Amino acid sequence: MQELTNKRVAVDRKPMTFMERLYIPTIIKGLFITVGHIFKKPATISYPEQQRPFSPVFRGLHILNRDEQGREKCTACGLCALSCPAEAITMEAAERVKGEEHLYKEEKYAAKYEINMLRCIFCGLCEEACPKDAIYLSETVAQANYSRKSFIYNKEDLLIPNPNETH
Amino acid sequence: MLLLTIDWSFIIEKLILISVILGASLGVATYATWGERKVAAWMQDRKGPSRAGPFGLLQPIADGIKLFFKEEIIPTDANRFLFILGPSLAMLTACMASAVVPWGPSIELESGRVIALQVADINIGILYVFGVVSVGVYGIMLGGWASNNKYSLMGSVRAASQAISYELAMGISLIALLMMTGTLSLAEIVNQQHGFWENGWFTWNVAKQPLGFIIFLVCAFAELNRAPFDLPEAESELVAGYHTEYSSMKLGFYLFAEYVNLFISSAILITLFFGGYNFPFMDQVAGSVSPIVFSAICVLVLMTKTIMMILFFMFIRWTIPRFRYDQLMNLGWKSLIPLALVNMLITGAIIIWVLN
Repeated sequence: MQELTNKRVAVDRKPMTFMERLYIPTIIKGLFITVGHIFKKPATISYPEQQRPFSPVFRGLHILNRDEQGREKCTACGLCALSCPAEAITMEAAERVKGEEHLYKEEKYAAKYEINMLRCIFCGLCEEACPKDAIYLSETVAQANYSRKSFIYNKEDLLIPNPNETH
Repeated sequence: MLLLTIDWSFIIEKLILISVILGASLGVATYATWGERKVAAWMQDRKGPSRAGPFGLLQPIADGIKLFFKEEIIPTDANRFLFILGPSLAMLTACMASAVVPWGPSIELESGRVIALQVADINIGILYVFGVVSVGVYGIMLGGWASNNKYSLMGSVRAASQAISYELAMGISLIALLMMTGTLSLAEIVNQQHGFWENGWFTWNVAKQPLGFIIFLVCAFAELNRAPFDLPEAESELVAGYHTEYSSMKLGFYLFAEYVNLFISSAILITLFFGGYNFPFMDQVAGSVSPIVFSAICVLVLMTKTIMMILFFMFIRWTIPRFRYDQLMNLGWKSLIPLALVNMLITGAIIIWVLN
């Protein structure tokens, strides 16, 4: 049979030599290795104080974007829901009425927008499908919780805070 | 009149000494758990306990409190009396062995009174240690048997056979040492190792009995049930070995007794082979300071040596993997016992034909 790699090493099953059966030289050799590690820098990151930066391609929790005037960008076109391989996104569209121009950017908006974070596989296809740059995957992860229901994030959970609203 | 004839100051002096030694050995054992975790972490490029207090120094206290508040579970089919007796016995024997260790030279007060820094200078000191340590195996045996659990039983059977096998080699290696010292009293053995260099050779027994020391050290590892001989509690094979069924402070007693044993064994190893409280140039130091200060320095020296020994035990634990059971028995019966016998014969021959 042809070998796939040249990494095969035959196991050495020779009986131990006298020096090996003394154990002590090898134990001392091992001690040098382990004691040497005492003086090395620990690899630990003390989590809450120190945080490891995410990679630039990290895909975390979704956010729904607003434009510069703080209006919701989403038009409830449904392309994200369509592209979602896990079928985690549902939405209901509504028409913008007069006097709501400061809330929604275009004539149609999402009255209800839900993502089931237990179904979501964080593939980022919704982000790619969105024609209005309304949904993005951020650099946070979903919080642990006690009930399944709490993992269905609605529009209020997903929208970024309005930059024009003062708190 | 009877009360007046009792030497009350003697009793008070010994009581204070006992409580100090007991407190010290429990304290060192407490922080040995912390040290072990730190050493393990450093060797594996981690940080170890660092949250409870500065450098995680309060961690052992937090562990103790946690163990106290845990639910106490006694299995329904367990033998209740023996189940409780097991950890108590382990702890009792661990604390008892410290009675004969000489912690420092005697202090002579101005009133002429001599205070010995040793609870009891009995003339069979080392034999007493062996006896007490052997009883310690019963703690593990009873615990494992009373749990009514096959893993516990396996663990305790292993512990018993391991202890018996290695006690033989340990005893024989010690006979060679005793032939040289000619006494069983630990105080006397330490006095013979006075200073560091005399008559062109080291005074410490490790230089006179190197082979005996190595055999004794290996056997001490086995007696302490520590890696690489931690077969009685081999996690990967026996769940947790003899203390599988234990919870709460009874488990704490078992784990704690192990560390007290570690401390006492290190102290006895130092006493027998590394000169106890003796240190180089001690006569010059003794001449220049008061006897109390000198005794304090000696105690400090012994403690430093003991802690170094404990650290060595820890380094070994985190370096070498566990022996297989047949390898353990082979090493004990086929290597260490013949070696110890040969060592005994060589020592005897040297004493008869060279030193005479």
